[in-house]
Amino acid sequence: MQLLMRPVQLAGRLILTGLAHLGRFGMMVLEMIRVLPEWRIWVPRTITESYNIGVGSLPIVVVISGFAGAVTAFQAGYQWQSSLPLYVLGTLIVSTIVLELGPVLIGLVLSGRIGARYAAELGTMRVTEQIDALESLGRSPASHLIIPKVAAGFLMVPALVIVADLIAIGAGWWSIKQVLPMTNEDFTYGAQYYWRPFDGYYSVIKAFFFGGAIALISCYMGFNTKQGAEGVGKATTGAVVASSVVILIINAVLARILLN
Amino acid sequence: MIELQGIRKRFGEQVVLDGVDFIVQEGETVALLGPSGTGKSVLLKHIIGLIHPDSGNVLVDGLDVNRLNRHDLTALRTRIGYVFQNGALFDSMNVRENIRLGICDQKLFKDNDYVEERVADCLRLVNLQASVAKKFPAELSGGMRKRVGIARAIAGKPKYLLYDEPTSGLDPVNADIIDDLVKQLDTELGVTSVMVTHDVRGAFRVADRLALLSEGRIVLAGTQREFMESGNEKVRAFLERDFENRPIPA
Repeated sequence: MQLLMRPVQLAGRLILTGLAHLGRFGMMVLEMIRVLPEWRIWVPRTITESYNIGVGSLPIVVVISGFAGAVTAFQAGYQWQSSLPLYVLGTLIVSTIVLELGPVLIGLVLSGRIGARYAAELGTMRVTEQIDALESLGRSPASHLIIPKVAAGFLMVPALVIVADLIAIGAGWWSIKQVLPMTNEDFTYGAQYYWRPFDGYYSVIKAFFFGGAIALISCYMGFNTKQGAEGVGKATTGAVVASSVVILIINAVLARILLN
Repeated sequence: MIELQGIRKRFGEQVVLDGVDFIVQEGETVALLGPSGTGKSVLLKHIIGLIHPDSGNVLVDGLDVNRLNRHDLTALRTRIGYVFQNGALFDSMNVRENIRLGICDQKLFKDNDYVEERVADCLRLVNLQASVAKKFPAELSGGMRKRVGIARAIAGKPKYLLYDEPTSGLDPVNADIIDDLVKQLDTELGVTSVMVTHDVRGAFRVADRLALLSEGRIVLAGTQREFMESGNEKVRAFLERDFENRPIPA
């Protein structure tokens, strides 16, 4: 009987833990909404935070998108058959990068870079009682710490994805010319042939949701850190893993909704 | 006046506070004593509403801390200065900005002249040089951090000061300096203070009244003389541990 009850107990515990997380997450979001009128506090901090994550993430975004664009082009060249017109490769490279590779790859990379930073920063502040200190001074941690980070995530991830898309396309364009006798005219013709402005918006919309998810999840994990240095480590790892999984889920959901 | 009525708090299976009743009168300095891990800091955090009890009431100036709405709780917190165990200074801000955050009045907070004057005043009160204002927490020693923490707590001119282990982790010389500072601030500012500590000597030097917390309850609350003359086993055991080189007379 006890053996039979164990899975039920485990399931019950998981459900309760999940509900507790959901409740705390909801409370955090509600608190953020409540202190939105305190814009004099969070707007200047958002600018600083945006600069930090935007400029700070630029080198890794440039490197990764450059190589991703080049590899996409090399693989496209490898799979190309002479019965197909060359310009199709321009279409393939641009669509692959803008619709999927740019936002998802950069989203996953930034979930590591920004997510880990946010969770570790807030987690350390929690275990060193800095967040308690802020509350004891009658100030809201949401307006001072969380909103600036979340707003910066919503703003800067799309901006970084636009940069990544452009660099990856440029790298793909240059790379495909190294492996196939493709002219600039072929590439631009192919890139424009199937291009719909919505593809660009779709890339940015995805990045917007990814940025929000990374920032909200990481802030939540960091804000609710427990048990000292070990807790900060757990919160940081948890933030990166949860953000990555949620990015993939959002990616699937948005593809189903927006690409019909 | 601060009044704690039947405070009970548990974390999971662990009962930390098991019906704490305690009163702090206006103007007095009370030392809350007890071995590490007995819930002294948890009790202190109840007073400022950072932790809520499972049952019981916390009254500050007649207001029930747990029933206040956010606006009123914020207003109450501006009357209470809280000194955290390790200072809890904001790493990304220099000392000036840390102390400035303690200024609760938003008009004064934005008045640069007032801020400069208040930061200098607070640093003087905690016996730190004005040049410290430009330093970051990472550049300060442990004792200096605690003093900056105190400076931040008094920047808003609070009515109450709550100290969470102000001398823990300090060498005896620095611990004495902090104890003297607590006494000096009580005299100069006329605040009501509650100091959580396990340092009996420091508590005896600073406090008007003492209370011993053990196994989730206040075992004894009284004057130094009442503590020294108490026949309670827990009180004697706690005092003898600290005064091991100076046995307490029977």
